Order: sequence, then structure tokens, then C-alpha cells
Amino acid sequence: MSTHASHKKRSGLMDWLTTVDHKKIGILYLIAGGFFFIIGGLEAMFMRIQLFKPENDFVAAETFNQLLTMHGTTMIFFAAMPLIFAFMNAVVPLQIGARDVAFPFVNSLGFWLFFFGGVLLNLSWLLGGAPDAGWTAYAPLSTTSEGSGVDFYVLGLQISGAGTLIGGINFLVTIINMRAPGMTFMRMPLFTWTAFVTSGLILFAFPPLTIGLFMLMFERVFDANFFNPDNGGNILIWEHIFWIFGHPEVYILILPSFGAISEVVATFSRKRLFGYSAMVFATVLIGFLGFMVWVHHMFTVGLGPVANSIFAVATMAIAVPTGVKIFNWLFTMWGGRIVFSTAMLWAVGFIPTFVMGGVTGVMLAIPSADYQFHDSYFVVAHFHYVIVGGVILGLFAGLYYWYPRMFNRVLNETLGKIHFWTFFIGFHLTFFPQHFLGLMGMPRRVFTYLSGQDLDQLNFISTIGAFLMAIGTIVLFINVIISTSKKYAPSSDPWHGRTLEWAIPYPTPEYNFAQTPLVRGLDAFWIEKAAGNKGMTPAEPVGDIHMPNPSILPLIISAGLFVAAFGLIYDTMTVVVIGMAITFICMFLRSVIDDHGFHIHKEEVEEDLKGVKL
Amino acid sequence: MFAMLALLLMGCGDPTLSALMPQGEVADKQYSLMVLSLAIMIFVLLVVFVIYVFVIIKFRKRKGDDTIPEQVEGNHLLEILWTAIPILLLIILAVPTVMQTFDLSAKEKPKKGELALKVTGHQYWWEFEYPKEEIITSQELVLPVNTKVHVELSSADVIHSFWIPSLAGKTDTNPGDGSKNYMWIETGSKEQVYKGKCAELCGASHALMDFKVKVVSKDKYQAWVSSFKKASGKATGNAAEGQKIFQKNCLSCHAVGKEGGATGPNLTGFGDKERVAGVLEHDKDNVKKWIENPQKVKPGNNMPNVPLNDEEVDAVADYLLSLKLQ
Repeated sequence: MSTHASHKKRSGLMDWLTTVDHKKIGILYLIAGGFFFIIGGLEAMFMRIQLFKPENDFVAAETFNQLLTMHGTTMIFFAAMPLIFAFMNAVVPLQIGARDVAFPFVNSLGFWLFFFGGVLLNLSWLLGGAPDAGWTAYAPLSTTSEGSGVDFYVLGLQISGAGTLIGGINFLVTIINMRAPGMTFMRMPLFTWTAFVTSGLILFAFPPLTIGLFMLMFERVFDANFFNPDNGGNILIWEHIFWIFGHPEVYILILPSFGAISEVVATFSRKRLFGYSAMVFATVLIGFLGFMVWVHHMFTVGLGPVANSIFAVATMAIAVPTGVKIFNWLFTMWGGRIVFSTAMLWAVGFIPTFVMGGVTGVMLAIPSADYQFHDSYFVVAHFHYVIVGGVILGLFAGLYYWYPRMFNRVLNETLGKIHFWTFFIGFHLTFFPQHFLGLMGMPRRVFTYLSGQDLDQLNFISTIGAFLMAIGTIVLFINVIISTSKKYAPSSDPWHGRTLEWAIPYPTPEYNFAQTPLVRGLDAFWIEKAAGNKGMTPAEPVGDIHMPNPSILPLIISAGLFVAAFGLIYDTMTVVVIGMAITFICMFLRSVIDDHGFHIHKEEVEEDLKGVKL
Repeated sequence: MFAMLALLLMGCGDPTLSALMPQGEVADKQYSLMVLSLAIMIFVLLVVFVIYVFVIIKFRKRKGDDTIPEQVEGNHLLEILWTAIPILLLIILAVPTVMQTFDLSAKEKPKKGELALKVTGHQYWWEFEYPKEEIITSQELVLPVNTKVHVELSSADVIHSFWIPSLAGKTDTNPGDGSKNYMWIETGSKEQVYKGKCAELCGASHALMDFKVKVVSKDKYQAWVSSFKKASGKATGNAAEGQKIFQKNCLSCHAVGKEGGATGPNLTGFGDKERVAGVLEHDKDNVKKWIENPQKVKPGNNMPNVPLNDEEVDAVADYLLSLKLQ
């Protein structure tokens, strides 16, 4: 069997460009997502500076529209999504006791597609102007937008969307097929469950986006008329397609955060998650209902009272499983011994913040009240409470919690707490006043507002808050930089973890588990520790471990599409052909070259096991 | 609690702009549902926050306490409670929600004493047509008090959204005949100039697409209608000079009285307006500023730079400001 083995060791940059190891891909996602998070954050800061006083002229109207479009698009698709994939990659295979994801090559391809899509979109700033039709890109504003900004939007999202879709499929297959012996579905850690449901949502939500983007691309590049009422098209088609994708997207983002919070709350309360089966059921139900509520983004579009009422009630229903989750977290802490580490602080900050975002969500579900809330700053406040207060706080909790596992180092707790308090206070200062701005008549996406409308003070406060958030983020980066100079973390299980990812020695071996562990219940590692065992009981003898070979092809496949996109944007068909040729040739090579991977031999594994300290 | 909440929200913002100071039936109804939902939500928040604060104070790990807490799996009674009670609360909210959704979505014909109105959104101004009165005006809507107004909404270019927070929530104006929208407004009893906004991103000057709604007494409204219909656009003095220049350069897009094109805003009664182009103070300097370089005031709008010298601009400004309805 091991005759095919050719153990290719690459080092330095080439190692990162060719890696198919889920742990390294997780780190790549984290770095790229962090980079785009900074860019999106800067865009937000420019907007808040522009709005800190009435009739300000820090940026021009056109620039502001580009900023608001790019801020939304970048934060959703190129910051939040990759950060979620970062943790899914870093954690899910470890939590289910697997040696990698089901398709390591595809995993790498997913990352590079996302990365080139993000780079393409952001290059628009340097190449004649960014898209300016909002992250929702409503037709006909998007179809008639001058310049090539919206083309960059369409193609950037198309390429990265393909990456997300194959990433989602990969995790579905991984979680269904690669669980360790004894890891039944109802023993899976909650983060893995949320990753599973999120991947399912990706599978069904991203194809509509792909189709919508194709239609928009045909409309812009080849003068199609899907959305042009003058030639029999209808602008509402885009709105429906976009939100059929767009609403599940919100749950794609929030569910893994719920998962991270569930792990952190249980670990630092030293308690089993309260109502585990209810939590699983609530996750699945939220994911399912997420597909039946898209029209609540379109109450003012004029679909009539029947449609509006049905979708209003469906939207309200989501509050029930979400409430179940909140109470389960509270009662997980109830009776526990809560340790307020930085990770736990983020989780504890998350709960009330997310509840506030949730209750405004129920208010927004009322169509006639939504006529007042819709497209006002009230909505801006609401979705930032959910996406920053929910997704981002959850991801920060996950970052501090899993950082030792990802990087074999811990982040400084004091700096972490400074990060938490500045960001958390800054967040509420920025977004709480925005509820009132909206009710007081301020529409969203305005590049300025006239004085004499009683909007000045709250906008000023909001901008101050934004600066605090920026300071918090800077502290995080200082913390990360300091951590790189540190040696390995003091223990492979620094938080008294409950799940399998903490049962692995430091530094995490390339093959994760020398022997696949036997899982004997929920919180598998905790059970073994409680029984007085040092580590997991192995489910197999030590043997050769089959590993996938690294490959540069995913990067080149993605680069080909990146090249082709420029051809479409600048209407040069030769460039399109060259780009697509690069992609297809690489796909051909991948299909015809037999790649059996390599084996890490039993002796090497045994050698590793000797030096293990848990 | 209800009254307290209402009190808390009242007095927030500009009384001609804030949805928290509703006027007329529609905004009143919407406001009452906002308050009802907020009350229920604050109840939920209080329950969560009380448990939350209790838990994080009571169950923090004490120094030296290394005991392992009991590993509780769950509690059926509690779990049923926090599923059932929210469902109950949502039903309390859902019933009035559905009722009001139907209530506010009237598509019927105007009855006697009610008004029909057609609103068309343009980049970046509003066109108002009173079909029965045969009046087309722009930017400033004149309506009588205590009147139900049936509004038909559409757009000449991209999607806009018609929003008068004090009087009614917004409805989108969609391009295309198949996507016309309908809403109604009740103007309330106050004589007041309300601020209106465009709520859907519609291009560079989306933020500047403000308009006004002047709610006046029924008599004043009638007077306005008849003087509007009589308006001719004749002028004297420097304004007469301006009229000539206007007729030569501007009439193809802008109408005054019965003459002129319909591409740009109808300028009949321009002298009575509250604002120049919806945003600038209404004075001669600003009228000139607008004519000299419309792009500087509202970037991306469709008005070209008309090649006029300073004197001509001055005369046109005089002319426009002289267009008053008696």
C-alpha cells in the first residue's frame, strides 16, 4: 500500500501556497479574513468620520456610496465568511476525531477561490472605482451604474461564492462520513453541529446567488434584459433572488457563532451544555425557517398584505428557537463555576447584545411598523447588533478560545480584556443611538444629513463609538503580534476542554490523531478525564497514516478565473479565453494525474508518540 | 408600562420628521404597534437580563473553589416553559400585526372628500400629480388637513422609497408599469410642513432627495389649487428679462403654468417653495448657485450646465423667485 508514497516536504511560502492541510487552510482563512476585516473596518471609519457632523465634506457623495457598498460586501463575504471557515477548518475535523476533511484538495481550492474573489473585488478601488449600488445591488441601480465597479462586484462574488459552495459541500461530507467510532450525531459537539447546519444552508442558499449574479453579469456584460422593465423584465426578480440567498446567509454567519459560544460557555462554566438536544433541534429549526422569511426584507416593495402577513408570522416564529438557545446558555452557566477568561468575556458580552439584536428583529417582523423602520438607521442598528454583536463577538470568543489550538500559543489575557472592553463599549456606543436616529427619520445609506433635524448629537456619539471599536481592534493586533514571539502554550489543554480538539498534544501533529479515538459520549474528552484517564482510548492500533499530497493546482485554477474575470470586465474575449484555458487545463491535469498521496509510517508515528506531553 | 414607554419615546427628534411624534391615522397606528412590540420586547429583555445578572454574579468561580459542578443535562419543565411562553407572546403580537397589515394596504378608489395622488420618483426629485385637479408639481406636496389621500407610486428611473416619517411609513417606487405600488395617508389635524425622505439608495444624491409636505387648512388648499391652475408665468422688470431667457433655455425640460416639458421638475409657484432643489435655503444666492452648477449641489443629477452669463443667471433667478401663487 505504501508503495505509492512519496513524502514531499515543502517549506516556507511554497508550503502555504500548496497546503491541503485543514489546519493550515484554517490559518490562511483567518489571516485573509482578518485582512479584509481591517479593510472593511477602515471603510466603516471613513463613513463614520463623514457622518460625525451634518453637511460634512470628508468624502464625496459618489465615494460614500462606494464605501457603503464595499463595507457591506467585504464584511459579509470576505471577513465574516472566511473567519467562519477558518474556525470550521481548524476545529471541525479535530472535534469529530478525523485526520482531515473529506476532500483536502477541494478545501484548498475553496480557499483560493475565495481569496482571488476578494482580491478582485478590492482591486476595483484602484481600477476606476468600487461598486456603488449597495451590497444588495438592487436593479436597476446596479445594472445602470456607470464604470466597472459593479462588474467587479459581480465577478468577485461569483468566484468567491463558488469557493464557499464547495467548502460547504466539503464540510457536509466530512461531518457525515468521517466521524470517529462512537461519535454519533447526537454526540457531536455543538460547534460541529452548527458547522454542519451552516454547510447545509450554504448548499441551498449559494446556488440562487450564483444564478442571480449570472443574470446580473449577462445584463451588464451582454445587455440582457432580466431586470429591465422597458423590455419586459422585472426589477423584483433580483430582489427575490438576492434575498432568497441573503436571508439564509445571515444564519450561515450566525450559527457557527452560536456554536462557538456554546463551546465557550460550557467550558468556562465547567458544565455540560444545558439542554443539548434542544440546542441541536433549535439549530436545525433556525436553519430550516431561515429559508422561509426572505420577504421580510421586502415588506415595502408592495407584495400585498397576504404575502407580508405570512412572512411576518414566519419571521416571528424564528424567535422561539433562538430564545431556547439563549435560555440554555443562561442555564448552562447556572450552577457552574464561571471563569471569566477573555474568551468567556466575549461570550458573556454576546448574550445580552445578541438578545437586543433579536428583539429588534421581532419588531422588524411587523410589516406596518417595518414601513417606518425599513431602510432607516433602525435597521442599520438592528443588523449590526446581530452581525457584530452576534457573529463577531462569537468569533472573537472563538478566537481567544481556539487560538492555542491553532497557533500553539495563547493570547495575552490582559490585552484581551482591554480589547473586549473597548470594542464592547465602543460597539454599543456606535449602534445603540442608531436605533433612535432611524426612528427620528434618518434613512440609511445617506452620505450626509442637513443640520436642524435633531440628528447631530446621536451621530456624533455614534462616531466616537466607532473610534473605540477601532482602538479595540488595534489592541487585538498588538496581542497577536506579541503572541508570535512567545514559546508554546503551557499546556495542550489550557481551558480544561471538554471536546476532542483538546485531547491532542502540542504542537498539533500533521495527522491530528496518532490513533483514531474511541468516543464514549457527549464531551468525549471530559468523560475520559472524569474517569481518570490521561487521554482518549484509541479505537485502532498504531499504523501507517495515509495523507494527501500538497498541490499548487488549486491556486492556479483560481488564478485562471481571476484572469478571465478581467477579460469580462474589460470586454476582451481573448483574456477570457486565456483565463478559462488556465483553469480548464489545471482541472484536466488534476483529473488525469494519479495522486495517491503518501504515508506517514508507523515508526514515525511511534517516534512522535514517545515525545508527547499532554 | 405602556404609558411610560410612550412617554419615553415622545419628544425624540424633530416634530416634523420623527416617527416617534406621529400625526394622522396611519402614522398613529404604526406607532401604536411599535409601542406594543417594544413593550413585549422590553419584558423579554428584563427577564433575560435579570437571570443573566444573577447568574454571572452568583455562579462566578470563587478563589480556591476547585470543585466540579453537577453536570446537569437539562430540565423538561423549564424547556417547555421557555418555548411556550415566547409562543404565547408572539401570538399576542401576531394578531394585531396581521390585522394592521391588511388595514393599511388599501387599494380602493377615493371616495368623496378623499384625494387621489400620483407620486413619481426621479433621480433626485419627486413629482406629484393630482389627477382629478390636473395639477403636476414637484418637491413640495400641498395637502388639506384631515383628509385621506390615496397614493399611487412609481418611478421614472431606479427604485426610490417614499417616506414621510411623521405621517406614514415608506413604500417603494418601482420602475415599470407592472410594479406600481399603492398606499394611503391621512393628513392629521395639524397645519404643518413635514419633511419627507427618499429611503432607498438611488444614486449619488440619494441623501439629498428631500421633499416637503405642507398640510394646510381645506380653504387654503382650495385656494392653492385654483391659483395653481391660473398660474401663467408672466413677469415684469428684470424678471421679465429672465422669463425670456428661461423660455429659450429651460422650457424644454421645465414647465411653468401650462407651458413646458416634463423631464425636469415643474416650477409653477417656485417662489413659494421652502427649499431650492429640496436642500438649500430658499434665497436668490442659492437659486443662482444651483443654476450655475447643479452638479455641485446634487452630484449625479440630470440637469446640464446651461451656458448662461452672470447677468442672465441673475435674471433667471429673479424670474423664478417671482413665480408666486396668490
